[in-house]
Amino acid sequence: MTWSLFFVQALNGLQYGVLLFLLAAGLTLVFGIMNFVNLAHGSFYMLGAYLGAAVYSASGSFVLAGVAAVTGALVIGVAIERTTLIAFYARDHLYQVLATVGLILFFNETARILWGSSAIYMRAPQAFTGAISLMGILYPSYRFLVIAVGLAVAVGLYVLIHHTRIGMLTRAGATNLRLVSVLGINIRLLNTALFGLGAALAGLAGLMAAPILAVQPGMGDNIIVTVLLVIVVGGIGSIRGAFFGALIVGLVDTIGRVYLPILLSHLTERDSADAAGSALASMLIYLFMAVVLAVRPQGLFPMPR
Amino acid sequence: MLLFPESISPRSPRFIAVAALLVVLAIVPPIAANAGGPFYVTLALRILVFALAAASLNLLLGYAGLVSFGHALYLGIGAYVVAILSFHGVTNGWLHLGVALALSAIIAFLTGLVCLRTSGIAFIMITLAFAQMFFFLATSLKYYGGDDGLAVARRSDFEPLFSIQSNTGLYYVTVVVLVATLYLSWRLVHSRLGRVLRGASSNVRRMEALGFPVLRYRLAAYVMAGCVCGFAGLLLGNLARFASPAYMAWTVSGDLIVMIILGGVATIVGPLIGAIVYVILETIIAAYTQHWMVVLGPIILLVALFAKRGIYGSFLAWERRIDFAR
Repeated sequence: MTWSLFFVQALNGLQYGVLLFLLAAGLTLVFGIMNFVNLAHGSFYMLGAYLGAAVYSASGSFVLAGVAAVTGALVIGVAIERTTLIAFYARDHLYQVLATVGLILFFNETARILWGSSAIYMRAPQAFTGAISLMGILYPSYRFLVIAVGLAVAVGLYVLIHHTRIGMLTRAGATNLRLVSVLGINIRLLNTALFGLGAALAGLAGLMAAPILAVQPGMGDNIIVTVLLVIVVGGIGSIRGAFFGALIVGLVDTIGRVYLPILLSHLTERDSADAAGSALASMLIYLFMAVVLAVRPQGLFPMPR
Repeated sequence: MLLFPESISPRSPRFIAVAALLVVLAIVPPIAANAGGPFYVTLALRILVFALAAASLNLLLGYAGLVSFGHALYLGIGAYVVAILSFHGVTNGWLHLGVALALSAIIAFLTGLVCLRTSGIAFIMITLAFAQMFFFLATSLKYYGGDDGLAVARRSDFEPLFSIQSNTGLYYVTVVVLVATLYLSWRLVHSRLGRVLRGASSNVRRMEALGFPVLRYRLAAYVMAGCVCGFAGLLLGNLARFASPAYMAWTVSGDLIVMIILGGVATIVGPLIGAIVYVILETIIAAYTQHWMVVLGPIILLVALFAKRGIYGSFLAWERRIDFAR
């Protein structure tokens, strides 16, 4: 019983971690090139979820919903980058933060105008409504799909970064941007491509999360703070750090939320243990971050410079 | 000891503008009582409380170059101290103040130890993460209202010395606290501490090579800014008679940054000017449409794009220009 609970929670943690990775990948890639962090990245996630849910309920096709979520986030992302964010690359971090905060407020309110404030619930696709039995433990097959998609994206990004020309330029740009641009590479274009890729992955994350979580305005804000934490813990700019950081944070958060109240109930009475346990669990990943930074301020897997 | 850290002629535009501003602040309650009642006093109080919070953040963000994106945390701390203590029947204002300042100092010290080890964008993210941590902590305190927040049964008791039970009383106390804070921060930025912070903001390595323990100076500033903002939180809790996790939301931290940039980064009076303009703007837009954020978002974007000096900063630059022309 306890082992099966742990196993299920570990899978939940893995699934959450994979979602975090889909969001962290794009942010950290753009940071490597442009030294810029787009706090409005969560808006692409929200957009993907809304577009996916809308297209899925209209057409009934999950594949079509996926195409809509990914291309929608891609198009909006590239448009925002080209028209607005490009003006802030040379500016101080302070103004970058401010500009992207303005974008978040705008996107959240636009979603509220278009789709209302109350949450929308999306069903999992027909083929993935059941559960899969694994060593006698039942686990929803849709969550397996999320894990599979996330791991496939991770493998794809690994190949892209380590075995293609674009990946080579990305790595070179993160090491010495000026040198790469002097060699005749259009850095702006490369950055736009990476930004678009990141937005598309965020849209994909939104679609995959839609059947599990509630689709509502501001859904991107809470998760983006966790994603920032993932990036800081993993080492800013490092895609490997984003991957392992996301999995660690996903597992620590999920398992802590389940086991801390249980653990505390051995020490004190039931009610106060529940209250203290849930309060402590919500702080757990932040305390984890504090410990990591106290030991390694540059993160667990910093970029080689 | 000189009263002013800089020499300012009483005929300079700066002196006249600030004196006029102080006069306006002093006469708001009687004028509001004639013009349309308590709404305007409440609005002015909101402005002053946010100006105090923004001024404390400006010490970090403007002078020390430390872009904290989680400063609203201390607003929440101050408000929750008032609400929780009065929930348990403790209404002594001096006790509220002592606990709010001590708690703000402890939290700022502990989080500062971690945050200040990083710099640049990582610092922004970590300060945001810590504020979010306390936000979630507040929402999980079911005993104290959780998500819904906690009402303040009775405002902090400072009798017999003075009373903040009426809005007018609270207003004048807030004005005194704000003016004292602005004066002290003016002295601070011209003190040794202020000069080290400004030096480290432009070149950390040089300051360290000169033998200054930069981390220690920054931590001192971080704790001071946290305490002042905790004070602002105490005033906010008394003003709203309420403490809510929403006071610690990242959007509030963002609001404070907007006020500073609007008014003028690294100027003493700038945060006050920024708070006046921003809160009034917000109130006006909110009166026209329920979806005011759809208008405010792009305005913030434009502020970030164009407001390089801010309102008061541009005023100072204009003053310098006419000074040269003479």
